[in-house]
Amino acid sequence: MDAAQAHGHARGHAPGGIMRWVTTTNHKDIGTMYLVFSFTMFLVGGFMAFIIRAELFQPGLQIVTPEFFNQMTTLHGLVMVFGAIMPAFVGFANWQIPMMIGAPDMAFPRMNNWSFWLLPPAAALLVISLFVPGGAPGVGWTLYAPLATQMGPGMDLTIFAVHILGMSSIMGSINIITTLLNMRAPGMTMMKLPMFCWTWLITAYLLIAVMPVFAGAVTMILTDRHFGTSFFNAAGGGDPVLYQHIFWFFGHPEVYIIAIPAFGVISQVIPAFSRKPLFGYTSMVYATASIAVLSFIVWAHHMYTVGMPVTGQLYFMYATMLIAVPTGVKVFNWVATMWKGSLSFETPMLFAVGFLLMFTLGGFSGLVLAMTAVDVQVQDTYYVVAHFHYVMVAGALFAAYAGIYFWLPKWTGRMYDETLGKWHFWLTIVFFNVTFFVQHFLGLAGMPRRIPDYALQFAEFNMISSIGAFGLGLTQLLVPYIIIKAVRSGEKAPQRPWEGADTLDWTHLPSPAPYHSFETPPVVK
Amino acid sequence: MTMKRKLAAWASSGLLAGWSGLASAAYQWNMQTPATRVAEEVYDMHLVMMAIILVIFVGVFAVMFYSVFAHRKSRGHQAAQFHENTTVEIIWTVVPFIILIFMAWPATKVLLSLRDTSNPDITIKVTGYQWKWGYDYLKGEGEGISFLSALATPRDQIQGSAAKGEHYLLEVDHPLVVPVGKKIRILTTANDVIHSWWVPSFGIKQDAIPGYVRDTWFRADRTGTFRGQCAELCGKDHGFMPVVVEVLPADKYSAWVDDQKKKTAAQADDPNKTWTLEELKARGEKVYAANCVACHQASGQGVKGSFPALDGSKMVTGPKAEQIDRVLNGKPGTAMAAFGKQLSDTEIAAVIAYTRNSWGNKTGEAIQPAEVKSQRK
Repeated sequence: MDAAQAHGHARGHAPGGIMRWVTTTNHKDIGTMYLVFSFTMFLVGGFMAFIIRAELFQPGLQIVTPEFFNQMTTLHGLVMVFGAIMPAFVGFANWQIPMMIGAPDMAFPRMNNWSFWLLPPAAALLVISLFVPGGAPGVGWTLYAPLATQMGPGMDLTIFAVHILGMSSIMGSINIITTLLNMRAPGMTMMKLPMFCWTWLITAYLLIAVMPVFAGAVTMILTDRHFGTSFFNAAGGGDPVLYQHIFWFFGHPEVYIIAIPAFGVISQVIPAFSRKPLFGYTSMVYATASIAVLSFIVWAHHMYTVGMPVTGQLYFMYATMLIAVPTGVKVFNWVATMWKGSLSFETPMLFAVGFLLMFTLGGFSGLVLAMTAVDVQVQDTYYVVAHFHYVMVAGALFAAYAGIYFWLPKWTGRMYDETLGKWHFWLTIVFFNVTFFVQHFLGLAGMPRRIPDYALQFAEFNMISSIGAFGLGLTQLLVPYIIIKAVRSGEKAPQRPWEGADTLDWTHLPSPAPYHSFETPPVVK
Repeated sequence: MTMKRKLAAWASSGLLAGWSGLASAAYQWNMQTPATRVAEEVYDMHLVMMAIILVIFVGVFAVMFYSVFAHRKSRGHQAAQFHENTTVEIIWTVVPFIILIFMAWPATKVLLSLRDTSNPDITIKVTGYQWKWGYDYLKGEGEGISFLSALATPRDQIQGSAAKGEHYLLEVDHPLVVPVGKKIRILTTANDVIHSWWVPSFGIKQDAIPGYVRDTWFRADRTGTFRGQCAELCGKDHGFMPVVVEVLPADKYSAWVDDQKKKTAAQADDPNKTWTLEELKARGEKVYAANCVACHQASGQGVKGSFPALDGSKMVTGPKAEQIDRVLNGKPGTAMAAFGKQLSDTEIAAVIAYTRNSWGNKTGEAIQPAEVKSQRK
């Protein structure tokens, strides 16, 4: 954006226009592309949510057929998880990691370009699946067999999209790990690494470990569908539950892949606006690593009702409950960071404090879900839907917004309009709670998930939830307006608009950061 | 009255009105009223957990909000610079751990009780189909009774052209009937994809997995009608296959069992009867409406790209044997179920004859039940 246009590149042969973006190996450009892509997909996924909540506004089938409704639920999940929230945090990783460690770029700049450009074709496959015979698969984002075997060619397109997305994530993770381990400026020991970098280091290992497992699971569905295998077909000697084990072995670490970078952003924002160092840095590193390790051994809490032996249920219940401990440590440490600080509540801090409240609330509903006997009642109901939207939207998305408002001055050299930012925050948090808090009650009262129509006792809360959803969706349209307004006519940002921010990008680089930064590494004391 | 008094009166009556409104079934805050001991234990456990969670949430965020107000830069508060304390870290690791142990103990007991399916009085097999349930009474009083249970809410209520009934989407043609106070063991399996049999008032939910048999149990502690739904996405009508259980006093249950046995005997079609085309079409139309219309539509046009049209289809106007095979055995890998497991020879013969002689199809062919029977493997 501004940074790139302003840089008089001495070598002079960098292309302009579209080819600049297609061929760039610059981490800032690539970070920008990830963020623009992710916000576009966020609007696409949001539109699908709009259709879902419009159909659920009242009992009865008014707008879509049940088949199409299932396609919307499936794509909404896939688009939001793989098209919106994950690429958003990769965008942050690209922009911030090199600058925070004093490196000139990522370790593998060309592979970085590939990691991004794989995403638009993958997204296209998902959207195109709507237009092939049979439409997109109506199986839920979890793609369970054997229902997935019954689906039309849209399912195959989805499987290929998953493969491509996995490749992108794996290459990106290799890049991140190599960069963080090898390219830190002299004097930056591992225990001086900013928390945002630590969280991405840990997340990158999770991605490399589990994306291939997801690829394996969907490939087994592909061969069951077309090549005569029976992995998940009992009649052929297979086991439908095997799919669930393989999927959730990926699926549970996946949710931490989403949450842990969000934790990293919060760990940068809260100290900055408390004007106080992060409390318990060492504990935070260990807690994050513990969460990542534990995330591998709890997967079957998504499968409590499949009929596994009670010993299995008990083990997974205990292991899942354990994750509450390091997560609690993190929440306490964030609050302790604020305690006796000198606090100010600009938009990034509002989103960070909102995250603390809402993510913790979501974590508590997760603890309820961990208790097997209770989970038997709420598994596959709106209680689960409420839980994961609290942690992924009011958790990860709020952290992403905190990061955008926090880092926008460094990226663009402009301040955003603080009043508009605050409006965005307050409208979002209110509408979010209107949409999703009542869904806890719907689940407890007995409303299953993934249904286009429901019994009359669920009508009132569904109407409230839908109204909240319409408001929540419309409010997000403020975001591109705020960003474009900042870039075009925002107040020029100083090098360090946030006086408590202390990482290398704030202390050593102007705003906007130059197209090529830290070509000579700084020395860190 | 003074302004203040008026306001107070409004506020308290508003609160009361709101509260009583909240107490109605419409704004249900909590799980459904338990009808088994297991459900009661789960209900209580959830309440205890909520209490603990509330205390922790309020405690932690009271501290945070105090900080938000008292430690603001705008109030002139200067930042302290402390940033670690090992003792405090240990405390807030160990204390939550201990709280979790206190939660795990009752949770373990309830789960063990939920999973104990030993010594049942009656055993019933529940089969999930796309998109209805099948009940087979295997052992105990009622043994041998077998029927399908499908959504009874009329289509026009769903489409919005008729007013919705009280039990909209939660009513079936043939509910599961069990006696009160007896331990009922439920075996679950499925015919096609994974379903899940769930009755919230009983506190039980068990996935129904094709090719596998799982089990759960309940002992209803009072009579009544209890409603639940399928709880695992199973295709387009996942939201339209409810579970309804009627719990009867012991004597009424015995009467129902006798009644069922008589009905089954009466309904059994004479295997030697030769049916006329008109008789077949009339019977077939009913079978079609109950089993085929969801996908192939009342017009026989199907849904383009998803469900094939029967009107003018090669299979329906071609050799009989192929269509009989398709209806009996389904088409693996698609939503076309193997109806041979669900329907009798007479029903299948009738519905095939109906399709071959309706809409634009005019084969003039009748199909006799014996022809269907001969093709069963």
